[in-house]
Order: sequence, then C-alpha cells, then structure tokens
Amino acid sequence: MSTPMLEVTGLNAAYGQAQILFDMNLKVRANEVVAIMGRNGAGKSTTFKALMGHLKNRSGSVRLRGEAIEKLPVYQIARRGLGFVPEDRRIFSELTVLENLDLGRQPPREGAAEWTVETLFDAFPNLAAMPDRPGSDMSGGEQQMLTIARTLMGNPYLVLLDEPSEGVAPVIVERLARLILDLKAKGLTILLSEQNLAFAAALADRAYVLDRGHIVFEGTMAELSANEAVCRAYLTM
Amino acid sequence: MYDASTLFAQLLNGLSYSSTLFLVASGLALIFGVTKIVNFAHGSFYMLGAYIALTVTNALPTTGFGFWGGVVIAALVVGAIGCLIEVTILRRIYQAPEVFQILVTFGLVLVFQNLIYEFWGPDEVLAPRVPGLKGAVTIFGERIPQYNIALIFVGPVFLGLLWWLTHRTRWGRLIRAATQDREMVASLGVNQKTLFTAVFFIGTFLAGLAGALQIPKESANLQMDINIVVEAFVIVVIGGMGSIMGAFLAAVLVGVINAFGVLFFPQAVSVLIFLVMVLVLVFRPNGLLGGRMVAQRPGDLSIDQPFRLPTRAMKQAMLAAVLALALLPLVLPLYFEVIMTEVFILAIFAGSLHFLLSVGGIVSFGHAAYFGLGSYAAALVATRLGLPMAAGVLAAMVAGAGGGLLFGWFCTRLKGVYLAMLTLAFAQILFTLSIQMVSVTGGDNGIVGLTRPSWLNSHMAYYYLALAAAVLATRLMRRALYAPFGFAFRAGRDSLARSAAIGIDTARIQWGAFVLSGAFAGLAGALMAYHRGSVFPTDFSVSTTVDALVMVLVGGVQSVSGPLIGALSYHFVSVELIRNLADYWRLILGLFIIVFVLGVPQGIVGAFMNRFGKGER
Ligand SMILES: Nc1ncnc2c1ncn2[C@@H]1O[C@H](COP(=O)(O)OP(=O)(O)OP(=O)(O)O)[C@@H](O)[C@H]1O
Ligand SMILES: [Mg+2]
Repeated sequence: MSTPMLEVTGLNAAYGQAQILFDMNLKVRANEVVAIMGRNGAGKSTTFKALMGHLKNRSGSVRLRGEAIEKLPVYQIARRGLGFVPEDRRIFSELTVLENLDLGRQPPREGAAEWTVETLFDAFPNLAAMPDRPGSDMSGGEQQMLTIARTLMGNPYLVLLDEPSEGVAPVIVERLARLILDLKAKGLTILLSEQNLAFAAALADRAYVLDRGHIVFEGTMAELSANEAVCRAYLTM
Repeated sequence: MYDASTLFAQLLNGLSYSSTLFLVASGLALIFGVTKIVNFAHGSFYMLGAYIALTVTNALPTTGFGFWGGVVIAALVVGAIGCLIEVTILRRIYQAPEVFQILVTFGLVLVFQNLIYEFWGPDEVLAPRVPGLKGAVTIFGERIPQYNIALIFVGPVFLGLLWWLTHRTRWGRLIRAATQDREMVASLGVNQKTLFTAVFFIGTFLAGLAGALQIPKESANLQMDINIVVEAFVIVVIGGMGSIMGAFLAAVLVGVINAFGVLFFPQAVSVLIFLVMVLVLVFRPNGLLGGRMVAQRPGDLSIDQPFRLPTRAMKQAMLAAVLALALLPLVLPLYFEVIMTEVFILAIFAGSLHFLLSVGGIVSFGHAAYFGLGSYAAALVATRLGLPMAAGVLAAMVAGAGGGLLFGWFCTRLKGVYLAMLTLAFAQILFTLSIQMVSVTGGDNGIVGLTRPSWLNSHMAYYYLALAAAVLATRLMRRALYAPFGFAFRAGRDSLARSAAIGIDTARIQWGAFVLSGAFAGLAGALMAYHRGSVFPTDFSVSTTVDALVMVLVGGVQSVSGPLIGALSYHFVSVELIRNLADYWRLILGLFIIVFVLGVPQGIVGAFMNRFGKGER
C-alpha cells in the first residue's frame, strides 16, 4: 500500500489550558476528497490550525507524504506542499487580485499539479474578469474564490479547505462545488471541513464526524448519509 | 510681526526638518506595521546614526564624497545593529504583551544612552559644514543654508523609494500583506523571521540615516533619542498607524508647525503640536490616512480568575506587616528611614499605575505626568501662594485628577499602543513645558523651598505620614477594585466588546479610572515634593514612568501587594546603584529590564498564573 498523502495520529490540541482536540486520527489518501463534519465549535478549524502549525500547543504526529511535519514552523509546512484556505478568507485587501495571487506563488512541485496565473484564470473565470481589482472591493464569494486560487499558486499537494460554503450565496456554492470537483480531477487532494451534509455528499469520498474534539464516526460518504443516527446526533440537517 | 520673506524662509526650514521627521517616522511605522512592536528604541537608532556619522565623516576626507559616503556608511552600520538587536532580543517578544515589548525597547534606550555616553562623552558634538553645500541661498532677501534646501528633497525622494518598494516589488507587497495578516503570509510559505529582520533593517537604516543627515544642522547630544521618538510617535498617530503616506503628510504638518511655532509661541511649540494631534484625533480617530484600528489582542495581561478577596489569614498577615513597618523607625538608622519613606511614596505612585495597568489593562506610559502635576501643584501652591502643606497636597491630588480627566478623555478613545504613545506624548509635553516656562516653573532649576509644618519636620514623623498615606491609598484602590466600578473596569480589560454588549460604558469607566489613578499619582508627587523640599522637571520624565513600571513589573503585575514589594526592592537597589555605579546605572537598569522580561518568558504574569494554576496568560 502506498503512503497516504496525510496521516495524523494521536493529535491533541489546546488553546491555553482548554483542550479542544482529543487523540484524533485522520488519513487522507492521494487524490481523495475527505470531509471533516461537525457542528459549530466541534473543532474543525482548530484541527486545521493545528495541522498547519498555527496552533503551537499540540501533540501527536502529522505526516505529509510520509514526512513528519509536526515540528516545523508554519512557513516550512506550507513549503512542504500543504495549502491552507482559512474559514475567514483573509485575502490581502489592499492588494489587487493579481498581487494576491503573486504572493501565493511557490516553485512547482514534483508530483503535484502546476498552476500559473493563466491556468488559474481559466479555472476561475470570474477572477480573470477583475485582475486589477483590490481585494477590499470584492464580494464574499469572489474573495473565497481568490483565497482558493491564491493557495493553488503554491502548487500544493493537499489543500485544507475550511468551510468553503459558509456565508456564500447558493449560486456560488454550486459553482464552488463544481470547482472543487474540477480540482480533484486535476489530481489535487483535499481535506475540507463542512457542516452542510448535502454539500459534502456531493464532493467527498469519505468523511470524519467530529464532536467536541472527538472523532465519533469515520466512513465513506455513502455510509455517513445512510447513518441517520449519526447525522441526527452530530450534524446540522 | 514678521514679514513674508521671513515666514517663507521659516517654511523652508520647517520642510527640511519634515524630511528628518519623515525618515524616522516612516521607519517606525514600517516596523510597527509588520512586527506590531512599538519600538521605543527607534530614537536611539537615530541618535546612534548621528554619532556614528560624526566619527565616520571625521575619518573620511572632507569632500562631498566623504560626507555623503560617511552618512550612508553610518546608516548601514545602524541598520546592521538594528538587525542584531532584532535577532537577539526582539524576536523573542513578538508574542509578549505589549507592555513588556515597550519595557524591553525602553531597556534598549537606556543601554544605548549609556554606551553612547561611554564612547562619545557627555558633550554636544557639532559636525563641520558639508563640503559643496557650505553656502547659503538668498531667497526673498533671507539667507537659507544650502544644506537645508537639499534636505527638503530627501523626504519626498524616500517617500517615492518606499512607495516603489511597497507597491512595485513582490517583496514590498509581502510587507504590506504581512502588515495586514502575518499568519496568512506564513501560511503561504513565507519565512516571517527573515521578513521581520529585513523590515527591521530598513526601519533602523532610515532612522540612522535621519540622524546622520541631522549632524550638520544640530549638534549631536544625549537627549536626541527621546525627543525624536516622541515626535515620531505623534507623527505616526496623526498620520495613521502603519501608513507611510500618512507619516509623510503628518511629518510635513509637524515640521511646518514646528517652524512657525518657534516664531510665534517659542515656549509652547510642543503644546501646539499636541493640539494639532488632538484635533486630528477628534475628527479622524485613526489618523489622517489610517485604516481601521489594528485589532488588539485583548486580555494580554488579563486572567480568567478574578482577584481574590483577601482571606482572614491574609488580612492578619497584612496587619502584621503594617505593624512591623510602624515599629521599624525605632530600630532603623536614619538613612534607611529616609529610604523607606521614599519607598512608601513610590509605592503609592506604582500602585496608581498598577491600577490602570493590571486592573484595567491600560498601558499608561506617561504616568509621570500625574506625578509631576502633583509635585508641581504642591510646589506652586506652597511657594507662590504660601499656603500650608495640606492645601498643597489637596491641590496636587486635584491637579493629578485633572490631568487624568483631560488625558483620559483622549486616551480612552484609543487602544493599546496608540494609548501608550499618547500618554507618553502627554507626559513629554509637560516635561518640555516644565523646562521652558521658566517664569512659572523655574525651568531646569525647578522650585525649591517647600517646607513642612513643624510637627512633620522630623524624619520619623514624615515616615509615619508616608506609611499612613500608602496604607490608606492602597486600601482605597482595593476598595475601588471590588466595588461595582472595579468589576466593570476589569470587564473592560478582558473584553471591550463584550462589556459594551452588557451595557457597560467602558470609555466612561476607564475615564474614571484615569482620574482616580491620576489623583493618587498626584498625591505621591506631592508627598515626594515635601519630602525633598523641591521639585524638578525630571518628575515628568520618562525615566520616572519607567521607574514605576519596573516597580510594578518586579512586584508582579497581577498581585495587589506588588507595588509595595516592587517599590521596596527596586528603590533600594537603584539608590545603591546610583550611589556606587553612577556612570553605569542606565546600562545596568536597561540590561536588567531586558533580561528580566526575556528571562521570565511570560513575565511575572506567567509566574503568577502558574502559581494559581490558571490558563494561558
Ligand atoms: N482562539 C481560541 N481560544 C480559545 N478557544 C477557542 C479559540 N478558537 C476556538 N476556540 C474554541 O475551540 C472550540 C472549537 O472551535 P473551532 O473554531 O475549531 O470550531 P469549528 O468546528 O471550526 O466551528 P465553526 O463551524 O463555528 O467554524 C470551540 O469551543 C471554541 O470556542
Ligand atoms: Mg470553523
């Protein structure tokens, strides 16, 4: 069996004294789309912050393509090919679309899809229409697209997508879903967090359900959709 | 009145000073924007630039190349020193509460002052005229040095360079991106450490350059550092935090006001600039070109656990301690009696700062203002009006409270570092006024001849008065702490937004705290004035504030008895230091502050937290 793209074992994380994640085990195989599901405050964003190294107060092992990254600083983790799209988008509002993209640029990576501004503009036609617009003048959906595109400029192996559908108009949600499927088709591996079961079901191969920092369910998307008890107890319907 | 040509000449002189101000302030803004460190040592890099340039230009041939080359070399050396400081010291405190950052950079100020004093001596040093620009230009019949004219262009040129750097290069855009969101920049694979070091290099290079360029105009002296850094703070606040264009506009404004102020209100230039700052802040709270206020990390010094009400055992212990202190004069030699009297007075002062700092989370970096207001009010009432001591003490408390009322009004409209800068600016203005308004304040000589009533003339009597005052003041401040007012104040410290949501008028509460704190600091000032029999401008000085801050720091930011313990240990040590190692006390104090803050990683707060087993900071 080949090494998984991402393998997390025994991940614990805390803000100060308050422990949020408990002994989490996750596995994402190459070219898979995996969803972490759970209600508000379940610990989805915390998981991503811990994986990315933003949350220093953590223990456990994180391996990206077999390489241990849990001791590395944030920028080194990013340079190993882990991309991060945070939930609050965080585009650089003073900078234009092109400048935002440029800051995400990293050298191409062996075995990962290679992105340029041109190929990204093909994949994100609405961004191509506004290359010189400053980030502050973009709608929430456009900002979400830009954050994803900016992360792709780093040619990552795996992208952590934190609640991409949150606070975005339904039309855009649909477009986002298609985009994510396109990215998967191009070979990208994605770990996304989601509250919306329908959205996740359309995209993900497998899912983990998180409740107050514990993984309470693990299985394929079909298994999760069929498991009414878990859905009712831990997910917003 | 002055004629038009004089005014025009003065305008040009002002603009040439604007260039200097801009170089310093833009470096400060750049460093603050990216690292979020308020670099109090920025003025020290400016001063260092001036002194190094003196040495280097003296060593080089006296040609145009020699001078300009020397200036650039000096700036580069200063930049390199800046890098060294960033890598060895500042890098460790990026996550620390801002009061610790301010203290560490102020520790650097002391170290640099002492080192420069060691290497270049205490006297002012003037550079020779600049080869090639020795003459003067005659404009409308007024002679203006060529060098000043040349300097006018330096500001715009560097504005252009900085604009080009931050808008036209990827690296510069990274700086702007990091100014907005450091974490995200790291998530994109950018090494923040190198970015920060590089930004620090540019910032300190600019400061060093400004200092080096200043030497043909102004003799290098050991007061340059604080003077310029306060002006740079004012400019950064007026221009809008982190905005380089804003810093430029503000530098021009301040430079020109300075130039005209010297003509029309020679004694009150600093007040004029301060009034302009107030006007700007009233109409544009974020400065001329500032965006929204930088989100501050709230609760930096906060704890989840409220202060505890004293238990019976604690009360008994305190009572025993007070009794012991009361019996002390029976056995103490006179020298210690005097020192202990000062300790009590300083404990009141430190306590008033502690009240704002650890209870309200307000970094009052100009706390000496209230102390000085108190001491001068007492001195004026005593010597000019000839009123008895009680009146002097009352006037001091009213003056301190009035200062708190006035400054608090502005300060509670700002947060975090803005507030620290503004309080420092206030204190510095009073400091300058106390030196310049000779007819009222006696200038550098201060006011002497305060006399105590005869029943307080003995050292022992005054010892008991100071002890009683300290006990009473501490008790009153504790009362306030556990009153509804105190709870609301602490709520504001922990989260301004949430306290506002539950209907607490945080600005009013904080304003009240300023008044209360000011009154007690004023009391301390008055007691010190009557203790010494005299008052001096140093009562307003930064080092007086720092003394109090260090006492609070040493005593423990979160412990209510901290100020007394801090005053006790700090005052004895500093008195001995100044007595025995007068030439090095700044160096030692500076290093002590730096090592103390770095050595106790989460500072005293952390130690306290550990003891009480509570969460992160
Ligand atoms: N900076 C922080 N400090 C302390 N506790 C935090 C912090 N951020 C989040 N928490 C707590 O951690 C828990 C998990 O939060 P997290 O943001 O990971 O949830 P989430 O699953 O992403 O929720 P949402 O769907 O609302 O985004 C919550 O209980 C939250 O209150
Ligand atoms: Mg979240």
